[in-house]
Amino acid sequence: MSRLPITKTPKVYVGGAFIRSESARVFPIRDAVGHFFANIPQCTRKDLRNAVEAAAKAGPGWAKRTAYNRGQILYRLGEMLEARAAEMIEALAMGASSPRIRAAAAREVTATVDRLIYYAGWADKYEQVLGNVNPVAAPYFNFTVTEPMGVIGVIAPDAAPLLGLVSLLAPAIVSGNTVVALASESQPYAAILLGEMLATSDLPGGVVNLLTGFRKEIVPTFATHTHLRAVSGVATADERKALKLGAAESVKRTHLLKAEEKTDWFADRAQSLEAIHDTLEFKTTWHPIGA
Amino acid sequence: MNAGQSASFRRLFDEVGPVDAVGIEERVAKYTTRSIKKSAKLWGLKTAVTMVDLTTLEGKDTPGKVASLCQKALHPSDDSTVPPVAAVCVYPAMVRHARRALGPGAKVRIASVATAFPSGQTALVTRLAEVRRAVADGADEIDMVINRGAFLAGEFAEVQDEIAAVVAACGAATLKVILEVSELETYDKIRAASFLAMSVIRPGDFIKTSTGKTTLNATLGNNQVMLEAIRDFYLDTGTAIAMKPAGGIRTAKQALQFLIAVKETLGDAWLNNKRYRFGASSLLNDLLRQIEKERTGAYQAPYYFSEAAESY
Repeated sequence: MSRLPITKTPKVYVGGAFIRSESARVFPIRDAVGHFFANIPQCTRKDLRNAVEAAAKAGPGWAKRTAYNRGQILYRLGEMLEARAAEMIEALAMGASSPRIRAAAAREVTATVDRLIYYAGWADKYEQVLGNVNPVAAPYFNFTVTEPMGVIGVIAPDAAPLLGLVSLLAPAIVSGNTVVALASESQPYAAILLGEMLATSDLPGGVVNLLTGFRKEIVPTFATHTHLRAVSGVATADERKALKLGAAESVKRTHLLKAEEKTDWFADRAQSLEAIHDTLEFKTTWHPIGA
Repeated sequence: MNAGQSASFRRLFDEVGPVDAVGIEERVAKYTTRSIKKSAKLWGLKTAVTMVDLTTLEGKDTPGKVASLCQKALHPSDDSTVPPVAAVCVYPAMVRHARRALGPGAKVRIASVATAFPSGQTALVTRLAEVRRAVADGADEIDMVINRGAFLAGEFAEVQDEIAAVVAACGAATLKVILEVSELETYDKIRAASFLAMSVIRPGDFIKTSTGKTTLNATLGNNQVMLEAIRDFYLDTGTAIAMKPAGGIRTAKQALQFLIAVKETLGDAWLNNKRYRFGASSLLNDLLRQIEKERTGAYQAPYYFSEAAESY
């Protein structure tokens, strides 16, 4: 008996739920051989606004988790991706039969799992390295401790759409920040699938919010939204200008890589303690030593 | 409900007419689909600001907190185009502190929830004394609760007599009658209670949905039932009664939807703070946030506005 094909409606993962775009608009993507693959939600600035609200709501609870627990959850996200690696490789290869493309996709998925494990390991250790007991000349302690900044915007690259995205969001959430991320415009499907894995990884809803859509419609709002404390990502020269102007107005940090220069996301330097440091605030406080 | 009670409710429903509950839900669902943008939105937001009864009704209220609330009521924003709110709404013990903070004859009125708010469960003489004292301390408006126990028992004359006694105790002060819709259970009873209250209060007095102290507060549905009661009462008698939804209205988007309900049910004559108010504590911040968004074009963080100063 013939069976009707069960096609999937890709939805974005925002606030712990799978939603369509606020405007209900979609854009088609094609597979490696040029056939229609799926309609992807075309999120706009209003979806970004809603995602930031969701991220802000999730933030205090996530930041209050113990560092150890955040590490466990990031590790579990790695487990989820490892277990569904074949599906993710398929999502990255988009039906391509070339062994070279499939091998590259497999390599990207493996590197992404490793990256998650790397940051999971840092969760209960970065504070020892970045925090400090400062030298003083009187009988009191002077501590410098870290705090998460709040809601962080992430703009993912088109090259390495999965590894680039995870490399940008993992160091932000490990310290208790929450993230609103814009997936690659040309290859958004890996982010849709990542959302489904996030949903099963014990990560509280709203800690990571993934949007798909057109950069020109959303990047300007990343720049101006005052609730985002920092934006990290890969941007063109025009986008970097807009982001930096908006960031100056709304007082947010920017960590922007140049889209016109190739970033090697597989390199060791693509993962670092410095990346965690980028989305931390430092608080210095004193305490009397006592008798 | 015994036979006597259900008979008296049946008589009342016959008199004031029933409510089509499904029709109401369908009607209010449409209000959330209106597209209000740019200048119309800005007008709506600023109009909503002028309708806010900025409320603090907590056991931990202090004179200092009330004084800062009054300053916020007079000057909600650095933006001088943002008007002051309609009133502050406080407990009776805080009325004199509010009066001291606002000064005599201030643009912002003082409303006080007298009559053993929120339950109303004390002797009538105590409730009336509370009203007189609040008015003597400088309250311009009194928010009373109806006797829900008497209403649900079918003792409608008792409910009306008590409201009439409070009207007399108010003197020149405006009265707002809180029906506490969450305890009335059905739209039919909300409409019936609205009519009972409207037929004993004065033109310009209010009917109000809720105390804000129960789980279910003002909804578009409750609001619509009461607006239609006000419309029908106005068409019958020519007496214009004002309306105040209270509790659960926290966002500017909700406020605009309520204003759409007013505009489409009662018309422009009710789109001012003499005829329509919002009882709310956190709504004002969101209105200011959206006004700032319209002014600058940038989405605003809630911690730029007071009372939302958590780290996220």
